[in-house]
Amino acid sequence: MKFNHEIVEKNIGLLAIFTVIAISFGSLVEITPLIFQKDTTEPVEGLKPYTALQLEGRDIYVREGCYNCHSQMIRPLRAETERYGHYSVAGESVWDHPFQWGSKRTGPDLARVGGRYSDKWHEVHLIDPRAVVPQSNMPAFPWLAENKLDGKLTGDKMTILRNMHKGGYKGKDLYTDEEIAGAQKAVEGKTELEALIAYLQSLGHALK
Amino acid sequence: MSSFWSIWISVLSLIVIAGCFLLLRVCSKNTTDVKEGESMGHSFDGIEELNNPLPKWWSYMFYITIVFGLVYLALFPGLGNYKGLLNWTSSNQSIGTEKGIKADSAAAIELAAKEGMYVQYDQEVKHANEKYGPIFAAYLATPLEELVKNQEALKVGGRLFLQNCAQCHGSDARGSKGFPNLTDSDWLYGGDLATIKTTIMNGRHGMMPPKGGLPIDDSEIAGLAEYVVKLSGREHDEKLAAQGQGSFMKGCFACHGMDAKGNKLMGAPNLTDDVWLYGGSRGVIEETIKHGRAGVMPAWKDVLGEEKVHVIAAYVYSLSNK
Repeated sequence: MKFNHEIVEKNIGLLAIFTVIAISFGSLVEITPLIFQKDTTEPVEGLKPYTALQLEGRDIYVREGCYNCHSQMIRPLRAETERYGHYSVAGESVWDHPFQWGSKRTGPDLARVGGRYSDKWHEVHLIDPRAVVPQSNMPAFPWLAENKLDGKLTGDKMTILRNMHKGGYKGKDLYTDEEIAGAQKAVEGKTELEALIAYLQSLGHALK
Repeated sequence: MSSFWSIWISVLSLIVIAGCFLLLRVCSKNTTDVKEGESMGHSFDGIEELNNPLPKWWSYMFYITIVFGLVYLALFPGLGNYKGLLNWTSSNQSIGTEKGIKADSAAAIELAAKEGMYVQYDQEVKHANEKYGPIFAAYLATPLEELVKNQEALKVGGRLFLQNCAQCHGSDARGSKGFPNLTDSDWLYGGDLATIKTTIMNGRHGMMPPKGGLPIDDSEIAGLAEYVVKLSGREHDEKLAAQGQGSFMKGCFACHGMDAKGNKLMGAPNLTDDVWLYGGSRGVIEETIKHGRAGVMPAWKDVLGEEKVHVIAAYVYSLSNK
């Protein structure tokens, strides 16, 4: 049987396979090499693994969809670095799965928000943003102060991260056995608000 | 990039281009048994499919993109580590534009390394530093006492305040519950120029432990609150306040002072002036005594640098010293 359009046109499965092959070349050329580049896979100096509480806070950040309005990606433009600090580099997000770069800024960038405001400010601001910033259009998150963490899965989350990055932190694992064993105790009874604030305060200290 | 990935990228890219070319060739040929322009034998609602080739101009455009791609990859660095015939590179582009030197020429590389200027960002920062650097340096060299008279500097300070300080202290600098009002004459740590600057530079950590860390029983709190109300010169229950005074003497005076006028070295507030950071109602005072307070002002030394803090300090001072 000689080559004929009709074969492809009449077999939707075959068409799908050819389509996938055709578009996969772009990814193979543009993405695969990056997975093996030091710049994109190794942490920058000074980057610290999230503590148990910060890790839980990060999950709350993802759950509440903070990334919908807040990016964590300072671009190398002076206007941005003046406002937010040193531009973001790939080595700062190596332990983030998924990364929280975001793509839209209704609110400000949060890549270096750590330490900029007090814990108390974050508390007031998350419960009622307009209490401190009258012009803010951020929604309030009052339930965060009521929900308590049980920490049942915290240790597992840390184990997964550790296994994904064996020896990834200065030649050592991200977490020791003791840290993982003590993870539940570290977060149990803490409010989601405390966890989220701990996460926010940890952001962006690796570069100044 | 290692040579493996360089080859990976080059080979795959060229395969894709060759593949596009082949596909275009094959699809341009009439591989059916039907002659050009005749019916393919499909008819839907009386509409027939004729065996027509792609329009010539259209398929030629595809060939043109292939040629363009190949020329581009020959001239510019697209294939792995291959540098391209033009020797173009995105690094030290800036120095090239700046000084009119061809990018990636030996002179450009040398200059870029010397001046630390590679990409557009470096150029932006350099220009900004050339423009604003001397201004801020001059501000920093001016003693704060002089700077507060410089209207232009105060304007700059106001801008920096709005961007960095307004989140807590408010855009009118009047603060809110737990975040000090900067426009009045009441200062926790002191309102002179040098102290304001120190506060912004290094931040402050307020620390009133629950019940002041003193052996005060929960039953004494109502009395203490009443005494604090009395101190601020408001209507009060004399008997209850007298009880509270006894509790106050257990050690509250260590920070707030015997006269309860506070201690600026520790940031202990004056309790006699009826100015309240967290609120002056009996309920809030009781809450403050019971749970303590720990207001934090972050340090801005590393975020903003001394030059900017210097200007902001002058602005903050000007708010309460018109």
